[in-house]
Amino acid sequence: MKSRLPVIVAFLAGVLMIVAFFGRGAVVDRVAEEALAWQTIVAGFALLLGVGSIVRVHWHRLATGHPDRIYSLVLLICLTVMGGSGVLFGIGSGTLFDSLFERIQAPMMSTMFSVLAFFIASAAYRAFRARNVLSAILLLTAVIVMLGRIPMGQYIYHALPDWANWIMMVPSVAVQRGIIIGAALGAASMALRVILGIERTYLGQGG
Amino acid sequence: MTIGGHKPGRTLARTRYPRIPRLWLIPICAAVLTATPAWAQEPSGVFRMERLNALVLVVVFTLAILWFLRRAVKGAKLYVRPLPGVSAVDEAVGRATEMGRPVVFIPGTGDLDEIQTIAGLSVLGRVAHVTARYTTPLRVPVLYPLPMAAAKETVREAYIDEGMADHLTPETVQYVAGESFSYSARVGGMMIREKPAAAIYMGQFRAESLLIAEVGQSTGAIQIAGTAEPDQLPFFIAACDYTLIGEELYAASAYLSGEPRLLGSLKGQDLMKVLIALVVLVGVIFVTLGYGTEWWEALLQAQ
Repeated sequence: MKSRLPVIVAFLAGVLMIVAFFGRGAVVDRVAEEALAWQTIVAGFALLLGVGSIVRVHWHRLATGHPDRIYSLVLLICLTVMGGSGVLFGIGSGTLFDSLFERIQAPMMSTMFSVLAFFIASAAYRAFRARNVLSAILLLTAVIVMLGRIPMGQYIYHALPDWANWIMMVPSVAVQRGIIIGAALGAASMALRVILGIERTYLGQGG
Repeated sequence: MTIGGHKPGRTLARTRYPRIPRLWLIPICAAVLTATPAWAQEPSGVFRMERLNALVLVVVFTLAILWFLRRAVKGAKLYVRPLPGVSAVDEAVGRATEMGRPVVFIPGTGDLDEIQTIAGLSVLGRVAHVTARYTTPLRVPVLYPLPMAAAKETVREAYIDEGMADHLTPETVQYVAGESFSYSARVGGMMIREKPAAAIYMGQFRAESLLIAEVGQSTGAIQIAGTAEPDQLPFFIAACDYTLIGEELYAASAYLSGEPRLLGSLKGQDLMKVLIALVVLVGVIFVTLGYGTEWWEALLQAQ
């Protein structure tokens, strides 16, 4: 029963959503709304599980003298200060929580995002090396698109922006549509496998 | 080493698509009904008539999957084309086992209501069985709490199944952060410190894909990625050794298991692909010639 119950719940939830999508009426809409509200409530409680997981892992590191325990200490202090300030003084504009978020967390997130520029450069260097004919085509296409997307491109050659637009709107969109159609079918197939109880590996069964 | 005893590219049995004339009639009949304006505009009733085309698609799809599934269970031989990225999962876990270094598995950065996350967790179930069998350390950092709970259960069941429950630690599956850049920083730091031999990314990814994959690349880990996000695919292709593109992510679990029932569902999916390609082809010809443009729009439009 322990292994069957999650499959039964997945089946009922899946069928409910299918009925809600194709059906119309007060009962159907109400049941679907109720199910989505449950999902939100469950997700809210799950956050406690997440915080519990973080505290348990890093407390264990501190207690056992893990070599990286200093990072764990910093994390637990930050978690306590951010969480505590929000609970005690609120999270509105001008509060301590808001200041910590705007002056510490937001700049750190921006820093991580800007690191992406360097990673794109290093990944592009590897991807655009002309090792064979296909890589050379990729390199040439990338050069046309990049030059065509900057103002200087049209001064280098007047048709470059048009070429870049054509590459982005015709071959690129065609490939993306192929991927999206395949992915949509794959997703639908996966959903059916889960609803019908054929796919149980996400429960750790049948490995 | 193989997972589930399935060898890539092996002919599980004879390759032959069956004839199913009756199934072909269903979408044609439904298309005629759906494209009729009176039906499509009907506002009353318990059924949303404007979604009839989608319902027909779902019904035909389900029938196709169930039909192939039945054939597979009866022992019909089905061929699955080899997917290098999926075959490399064995190689990656084997490499980590030999080197005594961990395997990092990221089931995407989407929540549990995202089907890509479910697909990622399905592959995690297979990988966890192998890491448990060979006592290879496994690290599963997760972005949201619900996937964490699901991943914990998936890994725990796999380890219990292999009789290795005592090898699980709180660090095996852990919630890291609820924000993607914090998550990327934490995962990157972990990779640099622990130097995993293999990193597997399967699921939905956003801007953090390259932040994580580039760090993994710099540690020398063999990297396998799979996502259905077209915007993130170029990043994974540039940074990873193998990339599963779109539908391959959803097929990975079935492919790794080698279970006839799961492979049967892949064949049903293939049949639908052929049907949709035919509909698109015929539609393109008709619309190009200027016949029935509105009819085709009504047929294919999602409501």
